[in-house]
Amino acid sequence: MKQFVDLYKQLDETTSSNEKIALLKNYFLSASNDDSLWCIALFIGKRFKKPISSTQLKQWVAEKTNLPYWLVDECHHIAGDLGETIAHLAYTNNSEKNILKNLNEIIIEIASLKNKSDDDKKAFIKEYWNQLTKDEIFIFNKLISGSFRVGVSEKIIIKALSIAFKIQENEIAHKLMGNWNPFETNLNELLFSNQTENFSKPYPFYLAYALENELNNLGHTKDWQAEYKWDGIRGQIIFRNHEIFIWSRGEELITHQFPEFEHLKKHLPDGTVLDGEIVILKNNELLSFQHLQKRLGRKNVSKKTMEELPAAFIAYDILEHQSKDIRQLPLSERRNILENIIPSNNVLIHLSEKIHFSTWDELKEIQQKSRTKSAEGLMLKHRNSSYQVGRKKGDWWKWKINPYSIDAVLTYAMQGHGRRANLFTDYTFALWHNGELVTFTKAYSGLSDEEIKEVDAFVRKNTIEKFGPVRSVTPQLVFEIAFEGIAFSKRHKSGVALRFPRIARWRKDKSISEANTLDDLIKLISQHV
Amino acid sequence: MLLEFTNKGIYCPQADVYIDPWRTVDKAIITHAHSDHARWGMKHYLCHEKSKAILHHRLGKEINVETKKYNEPFTINGVGFSLHPAGHVIGSSQIRVEHKGEVWVVSGDYKTECDGISDAFEPVKCNTFITECTFGLPIYNWHPQIDVFNEMIRWIKQNEADKINSVIFAYALGKAQRIIQNIYPYVEELYTHGAIENTNKILRESETNIAPTILINKESDLKKIKGKVIIAPPSAQDTPWLRKLEPYKTALASGWMTLRGARRRRNIDKGFVISDHADWNGLNSAIKNTGCETVIATHGYTEIFSKWLRQIGYRAIAEKTQYEGETADISNEIA
Repeated sequence: MKQFVDLYKQLDETTSSNEKIALLKNYFLSASNDDSLWCIALFIGKRFKKPISSTQLKQWVAEKTNLPYWLVDECHHIAGDLGETIAHLAYTNNSEKNILKNLNEIIIEIASLKNKSDDDKKAFIKEYWNQLTKDEIFIFNKLISGSFRVGVSEKIIIKALSIAFKIQENEIAHKLMGNWNPFETNLNELLFSNQTENFSKPYPFYLAYALENELNNLGHTKDWQAEYKWDGIRGQIIFRNHEIFIWSRGEELITHQFPEFEHLKKHLPDGTVLDGEIVILKNNELLSFQHLQKRLGRKNVSKKTMEELPAAFIAYDILEHQSKDIRQLPLSERRNILENIIPSNNVLIHLSEKIHFSTWDELKEIQQKSRTKSAEGLMLKHRNSSYQVGRKKGDWWKWKINPYSIDAVLTYAMQGHGRRANLFTDYTFALWHNGELVTFTKAYSGLSDEEIKEVDAFVRKNTIEKFGPVRSVTPQLVFEIAFEGIAFSKRHKSGVALRFPRIARWRKDKSISEANTLDDLIKLISQHV
Repeated sequence: MLLEFTNKGIYCPQADVYIDPWRTVDKAIITHAHSDHARWGMKHYLCHEKSKAILHHRLGKEINVETKKYNEPFTINGVGFSLHPAGHVIGSSQIRVEHKGEVWVVSGDYKTECDGISDAFEPVKCNTFITECTFGLPIYNWHPQIDVFNEMIRWIKQNEADKINSVIFAYALGKAQRIIQNIYPYVEELYTHGAIENTNKILRESETNIAPTILINKESDLKKIKGKVIIAPPSAQDTPWLRKLEPYKTALASGWMTLRGARRRRNIDKGFVISDHADWNGLNSAIKNTGCETVIATHGYTEIFSKWLRQIGYRAIAEKTQYEGETADISNEIA
């Protein structure tokens, strides 16, 4: 435990990627294999079912410290992180600190709490709180409540593992994919076993950066393949050993949310892995992302839902053919194979259309009209490109259309979490409607640290009312809100729902009377369709 | 009421005198020389003798300053006053006010742990205690300063071995000298930024013992400053002055460093939790030791802290002041 706590602390105290890689490498080489496996699992964001609720933790720490529950709750709002709040509250320096268990042992003990009574759980937790140091309590609480955010990207983990165990980065990236469970595997199996044994394992996705240069700098148009960038969920369809698996880009197995793809068994050859976009396609019309969301996060998809919101797969690429990894073949060759494999006139699966163009200017015109196709822009891929791992520059570019934007008034603010704890960073915005300001969206990213400080100071000086962590503020500040999509929504007070809303900039030049109206926003919906 | 909260500051009508006023008045009693408590423009200032030189330095040579020693009683219009150590910074005082058997104490800013450089906090019995509560939440619990300074010295030694400068950001009056006095036995040379050195100079002239420090200026041979300790005000972060001292690691010494988010947001390598304000236990024990019935919380988490005090049996209210406890930007406040 101590070794992992030290690692966490050191990672938290450096901003240098090289230093982080070195720290992790040393950890992997010196910690037990079991602890290393957990370290990987926790840092790449594997989540486990919480055996204890946040409310219970707060109640027990209130009990331990003789503080009222409301005060613990206030501390949580202000510190922003429950594990950290409790570490500061629960720590006492008057008892022996003698927990010598390693990370793996503690995690197994925590997992075994699941079937215990609340009294047993409480006794277990209090025992640890008494015997751990402040830093250890923090990590212990994190193990109970999930979510390890330490500013270590998967890329950094992959690099550290690659150096520590002398395995190629691409290979490590592939091995870390999918739904491996640290309770059921071990480090050797994860890193050194033969991959083919795990039929469901996806390939790491190749991701594109936003186009940053003039098109002319890309060279000849004939070297590039252009496709529409569809607004669905990027996914992989795996058909191996007579079984279909669907993976989202977020590395979630979503096979059961899209049962219709089972039928692809009849239309695709076994030993195939496709990269593409999952969308809702009804009567040849592509429905908005909002409809797709209704298909996600459900345990069971009813027949009715499948009829109302039929899913389809638009295939971009082929990564495995006849059970062979073909990611190193040039795109043009992969595309030929793809075109041969995808059945025509099938409602479930479609080939991503290649856009014909001979000049960059011509393509620019097509790009600007892509919203009429319900696409969010174009993808440009070099015909010689291999299918790479992760986000890489050079061979693939995404070229999105400009987002929508609207000027709105700040009406509510809430304190953020993590790096933004103790600062008002989560904002709610309103638009004018019949002389009143009507809330229509939340947005938080997009301001600089300096601007956040300024808004934070404003919120504190102009609070009208406090509702727990939320404050209503005097309407005075105007912000330009950018977003990718918009649709009618019955669940929202304003009647509309936005996709990817964020703050584009602070309109210090505008007074609140110059902010937009709800009608202005609704007009954008008609443009959208 | 013996003391009232007005739009100019804390006012004693009977004596016609203000304590730490934020607008121009005739007579002001000043708890300590930090800029949110000692403001410009008063016709007459009264403070502890150790605050005088800094007050002149910050507010001008021409201001009219009268000084008192700790525990030296004086009377204004029949109201009894005396100053008592607050342990916050050099010269910081609690103000005791007595009239017709009723006693009020204004804490100013205070801490209960002795820092080895300011006179140690002294509990004063009273009926009403006006307290700060900058860190009035139970998550704020300071470790004994010796533990923090040991950690700081370990950090410095590691940087020294790596030939990297250790830059420690600290408030120019109080925190900087506290750090200097506590680490100088363990380091060969201590370098300072001009803002820190100015305060050191004034304190030395008024016979406060401050360990020798070396000012970094245009004449300094920067090549020799490798693996050394540099004390600078927080405003020196991201300045050309600092960049000349590369390679370095940065640290901030502040009670706010308790929370990871606060440190990471400031882009500081290391946070040392060390404050010149009382922590949760310090506030609670200070209040208990006054034996008071009524508490008025002025700056910090005033609403939450006074609610807590009511729950444990005090008459407690929160008053708005212009002292910078509930500051919007915690990174500017180096508490």
